[in-house]
Amino acid sequence: MLCNVCGKNESTIHLTEIVNSQMVELHLCEACAQEKGSELKPQLSLNDLLSDISDVSGILGPQKKEVMECPSCHLTYEEFGKSGRLGCPNCYEAFIKPLYLLIKRIQKDTQHIGKRPAKAPKEPGPRVNMRDLRDRLRKSIQMEAFEEAAQLRDQITQLEKKMKKGGEGNV
Amino acid sequence: MSEMDALMKSTCEWLRGKGDSSDIVMSSRMRLARNIQGYPFTHRLAKDEAEDLIEMTESAVKHSSHLKDSWFLRHKNLSSLDKQFLLERHLISYDLASCKTDMAVCVSKNEAAAIMVLEEDHLRIQVLQSGFSLREAWEIINRIDSDMEQEVPYSFHQVLGYLTACPTNVGTGLRASCMMHLPALVMTKQVNKILQALAKLNLASRGMYGEGTQPSGNFFQFSNQITLGQKEEEIIDSLEKVIKQIVDHEREARQALISKKREKLEDHVWRGLGVLKSARYISSKETTAHLSMVRLGVDLGIIKGLDFQKMNELFIFIQPSHLQRKCNRILSSAERDSERASLLRRELKSVELI
Repeated sequence: MLCNVCGKNESTIHLTEIVNSQMVELHLCEACAQEKGSELKPQLSLNDLLSDISDVSGILGPQKKEVMECPSCHLTYEEFGKSGRLGCPNCYEAFIKPLYLLIKRIQKDTQHIGKRPAKAPKEPGPRVNMRDLRDRLRKSIQMEAFEEAAQLRDQITQLEKKMKKGGEGNV
Repeated sequence: MSEMDALMKSTCEWLRGKGDSSDIVMSSRMRLARNIQGYPFTHRLAKDEAEDLIEMTESAVKHSSHLKDSWFLRHKNLSSLDKQFLLERHLISYDLASCKTDMAVCVSKNEAAAIMVLEEDHLRIQVLQSGFSLREAWEIINRIDSDMEQEVPYSFHQVLGYLTACPTNVGTGLRASCMMHLPALVMTKQVNKILQALAKLNLASRGMYGEGTQPSGNFFQFSNQITLGQKEEEIIDSLEKVIKQIVDHEREARQALISKKREKLEDHVWRGLGVLKSARYISSKETTAHLSMVRLGVDLGIIKGLDFQKMNELFIFIQPSHLQRKCNRILSSAERDSERASLLRRELKSVELI
């Protein structure tokens, strides 16, 4: 097969990318591949994606223009957006609001329910309840147990109110 | 270097070709991303902090009941060829192999367990098992992780779980994956459908050497994407179910090829073997493509006299650093191609063409 870029040389590098859930195949000769080199680094796509969805300007509104910076390691949120890497564990607290929204998009939930270090306290926190409640609500709707579903819905609303009062510090 | 020579001679546990569905699932892998409390993430470590962490890890490993006999290899003692060699054996990642700063790697004697130190996260613990054995791999890695946790305090958040440099790993820090050989799905052009379906199920597909590599030799690595909001067992369960389905699809495709296109299939298999038994110069890419056909031929009983372990090992032993380590010197690309061809002719001598 001839190279897709120059159309002259035999292609030796074959790339398959998924763009908007469509498979795109690209066949390149060595020279063209080298020229395109930086564009084709697959690691970039993850970071681009992260910086794309971690864009905070929309979330914080126009009035909050100051630079967000982690007090421990001095990484700014903008730097995180570019590299996709946080600077230190404390960055999670420092950037909690935008990170929470980002994590919500890329993960299943925002509450860890898996393994915990033996030394960590066992208390699960309110979000576990929330997850349980939502699970039960979904199941009761599937089973058409609407009375139970209504009760669960009320419990969820109450818990949500309580958590808002308690502040997002719990997140 | 003695450790490297020992590694060269040892047999990787995960290449044994044993275990459930090992004709299709070459290996199962688990990895846990962990960071040590009180330090910035790897890319922002000062030089002395990096040294501290490596030393802490080395001492933790020595106290661990599972890893106390393992090799602990440090950056300063590793040449770039050594790192390439570790990469070819799937003991370190592409990123760690190309890293210029301080790092270390701990490798258990049977190569089933390894810890990459100062990769994207301070610790990347991995367990590799032969065949389709995600649960066994999880049991082993869970024990190693609990051992390590006794010695080094991990960064852990009440709500978000284990904290990692990238939020795509936060929570469990777990990436479970299977390396699958899917020649029949590729030949019957069904593999793209599978890749598309997997993307919808939040599973990632990668090439033979993990993140950022292209599939070669019809090998695909499938893994979970989500690390937060699911228990480790749930993550493993759902991956297991999907892998089982892919195994069934590959089996069906193989049967379809046998019943409908037997001659064409046999043509691919025997030509592959023919090239490998006769070539005088051969690239790793061409070798991998033909080995894939030969492996299919062995699985289907078309080719006899080649055992699974030897078959699996060939995929690794024909890689550039393995050839150079065997010859004990740096080889040019042409020398490697010639060395690779003679290795293949030697190893496949007893396998007859009929």
